[in-house]
Amino acid sequence: MTSPTVPLRLFVNGDRHEIQVEPRKTLADALREDCGLTGTHLGCEHGVCGACTILVDGKPARACLMFAVQCEGMSIRTVEGLAPDDETLHPLQQAFWDNHGLQCGFCTPGFLMLAAGVLEENPEPTEEELVEALSSNLCRCTGYQNILKATQCAAEAMRE
Amino acid sequence: MSAPATSTEPMNWVGQSIRRVEDPAILRGWGSYVADIAARDRACHYAVFVRSPIAAGRLVSVTAPAHVTLVTAQDLAGVAQVSPVLHRPDYVPAPMPALAIDVVRFVGEPVAMVLGRTPAEAEDAAELVDVQIEPHDPVLTVRQATAPDAPLVHPGPFPGEPNTVIDARLTTPGFEDAVAAAEHHVHLTVESARQSAMPMEARASHVGIDRASGRITLHTTTQMPHVIRTGICDTLGISEDLLRVVAPDVGGAFGAKMSLAREDLVLVHTARRLGRSIAWVETREENFLASWHSREQEYQLTGSFTANGELVALRADLVADVGAYSCYPVTFGVEPLMAFAELPGPYAVGEYSVRSRGVITNKCPIAPYRGVSRPVQTLAMERLMDTAAAQLGLDPVQIRQTNLIRDYPHTTPTGMVIDPSSHLEALATATQTIDVPAFRERQAAARAAGRYLGLGFSCFAERTGYGVPVFAARSMGITPGYEKVDLAFDPSGNVVLRIGASPHGQGLRTTLAQVVADELGVDPAVVRVVHSDTDATPYGWGSFGSRAMVIAGGAARMAGAALRPRMERIAAELLECAPEDVELRGGWARVRGAGAAVSIADIARTAYHRSHTLPEGEQAGLEQSALYNPLGTFSNAVHAVEVEVDPATGEVTIGRFLVVEDAGVLVNPAIVDGQIHGGVVQGIANALLEELIYDERGVLVTTSLMDFLPPTLAEVPRIEIEHLYTASDFTVTGAKGVGEGGLIGAPAAVLNAITDALTPLGIAVNRMPATPARIREEIRRATERSQEHRQGRSPAAAAGSATTASAESVPTPTPATVPGGKP
Repeated sequence: MTSPTVPLRLFVNGDRHEIQVEPRKTLADALREDCGLTGTHLGCEHGVCGACTILVDGKPARACLMFAVQCEGMSIRTVEGLAPDDETLHPLQQAFWDNHGLQCGFCTPGFLMLAAGVLEENPEPTEEELVEALSSNLCRCTGYQNILKATQCAAEAMRE
Repeated sequence: MSAPATSTEPMNWVGQSIRRVEDPAILRGWGSYVADIAARDRACHYAVFVRSPIAAGRLVSVTAPAHVTLVTAQDLAGVAQVSPVLHRPDYVPAPMPALAIDVVRFVGEPVAMVLGRTPAEAEDAAELVDVQIEPHDPVLTVRQATAPDAPLVHPGPFPGEPNTVIDARLTTPGFEDAVAAAEHHVHLTVESARQSAMPMEARASHVGIDRASGRITLHTTTQMPHVIRTGICDTLGISEDLLRVVAPDVGGAFGAKMSLAREDLVLVHTARRLGRSIAWVETREENFLASWHSREQEYQLTGSFTANGELVALRADLVADVGAYSCYPVTFGVEPLMAFAELPGPYAVGEYSVRSRGVITNKCPIAPYRGVSRPVQTLAMERLMDTAAAQLGLDPVQIRQTNLIRDYPHTTPTGMVIDPSSHLEALATATQTIDVPAFRERQAAARAAGRYLGLGFSCFAERTGYGVPVFAARSMGITPGYEKVDLAFDPSGNVVLRIGASPHGQGLRTTLAQVVADELGVDPAVVRVVHSDTDATPYGWGSFGSRAMVIAGGAARMAGAALRPRMERIAAELLECAPEDVELRGGWARVRGAGAAVSIADIARTAYHRSHTLPEGEQAGLEQSALYNPLGTFSNAVHAVEVEVDPATGEVTIGRFLVVEDAGVLVNPAIVDGQIHGGVVQGIANALLEELIYDERGVLVTTSLMDFLPPTLAEVPRIEIEHLYTASDFTVTGAKGVGEGGLIGAPAAVLNAITDALTPLGIAVNRMPATPARIREEIRRATERSQEHRQGRSPAAAAGSATTASAESVPTPTPATVPGGKP
């Protein structure tokens, strides 16, 4: 029953992954199952919750709504590639930690990548712009209060 | 290493908002959720469940082509049905097979499982399964289910009305006299739609087999690993020693992951039979269809009041639509029996008469969801207070002041003991912070300008951290309640605390380390909390019901307090001083008032490796267990909400949300506030947005996140929190539970605020969620009523159930002020 697979080259967090996937496989599944990057989570698989948000060529995208084969040769960033090294956190990660911006943590990678994409494009968003952007994703634990606060703190830290 | 001359460590770690030890790994994407474990196991097979598309019917056949690995009920020989017990004469069990046998009882009920070597292959195989069902008429409402000739969801027998599985009644001896003496009788009907806890992570399981030992390891998304182990082993008829249950990182639960999943029974049985590992990751659609629903309830109340607003008697008829099966271990009695016992809430109701029923239907079974019945109970009592205030011409704050409990401990009509709380102080703080007179001025000005602002309050008592006696009073066959912890130093001076509680986002690894650190005089960084693995932790009841900090935290403190004197005696031997002169702090044992010190690591090293030097009578090693089984403690809070309602669209905008919370000692205030934030937003969702909807054939139509509408950041206000700190000796840490309160209080405050806003239109909103369509419908009905009124017909005869008032004091809607006209 298995469909034929095709070879695919993905550039994820600066690493090249040569993988074999069915053409119907989503990018999220390929990242998780074929690249071993399980930090990208799946909360709905229909593009609403945003837990699988990653950066594709610098822009936030739902990994569950893209086929892996669409991303041949594109540059992909996932939560595993956010921190500069194992000793240092990215300012967003640091701010989420400092401001209790996560509880169960399942939505967190998606929020971090969404916020990273938003702040890289617009380093000084107004609160209104940030609320608009962060309302792309769902969280069920935090009531969003500290996610907004953490993102604002990170934006400030990233401008310094 | 020498001791610092003075300690820079704080006296108390409890009370500090230290950052969570859980976070760095999660922030880097290194968390380990069950689906991650499945993705990493390249050798496992993947399962997909085939589910009934029919609400009620006879299961005729389940077939698939020969190459499909198909598992049906016929392949589950020896597997019992799940039938949790309540020792009550009114309880009718509703046994749940792992996979449907002969009968299907709701849309989404699993009828078969297929396996594939990849998730996609399993999904393809599921498409090839042919399920033949002969449909019957489903029963989809309480009214249908309890009609004299109703089809039976289960064969029964039912001692009372058809399909009625719980029917609890109580009337206090002075009830009728109190009613006869009262001057005002206020009638009210409140309703709650079906809700989903909707954790961001749907359910998932991975079963691994160790061929060498024959043991099975189940990684699963559960809140109570030990109880799930018991449930699976009892149902499969195997020894608990064969099964290890692990809950790794769990992506939110809110009660929806505390019941035994029938899917896990099939997975464990099949993995064992085939000798191969199997993984299952639930889809969001399945999570809506089959992963437990909650809170479809209707309450009819009559409050009997004196002229000055004292509630002297409360009559309640409560009914919960509990779906098709009983959840293990708490049973489908959990909603009706909680409402039965706890309805009066924070109010000192003298006399109480209650009937509370659970009724089965051809819908997804219910299970606990954060707060269980208490959001509806609070909605009922708080709408009763506002409705009574309006009818008696009293101020909403004043009527609450009259009725709130003021003397502690307070014994309720159902025998619950409410420990020291701060109901009146919390209300006073809330009214002061809100500045009610200033709001009323703004409200009047807005009304003059055609805008509708409203202010709503809700007061509640949140029962938390309750132990065995409370569950025993519910007559549960399996009686939860206590928690045990095992606390041990290793020889290097690090501490491990093993707990039976099972956190899934609450940060217990951080907060319990804070509690232990204070007892042992160490930094929390050296305390590692081990949880959620039945091979590595003492038997316990997991995390639910706002219990973990109270009970596991209490046990942790007790273990630490019991270990401390041993550490002091060993230190005294090393320092050549009296044990009572030893001070443990900052990782050091010091002689009080002198310079001599020995590190706590040295104490541990001595206890393990130089036990021959220990004082007379001291055993080798440095460890202590403790068990805590409290009666329970009540947090309390007041929520105050300002809203604006647009009568043209029915849209509600929340302008201000204040929580005045009293949870006693706050171990980590940032984490407490986080719990309140999350609960309040789920409460706003329940009040305004979220609803599970079945069609007339019993098909769930809200099966995606485009149909079921959780709030995003754009829909939630900034939440202000103020804390009060009542000391209570009902809990050994002084901490009261706080996990559910946000959700318990928010819906009532929001609906009271909407009703306050729409008072000029003669509208009361008593059903949640108050969606824009529903608010528009109320406005349309009120318009019709006011037109009929002007034409000289009785408004009482035309009043729908949503506006409920005693016949002698029906509020007259202001006519002809409805903007927007008819829809």
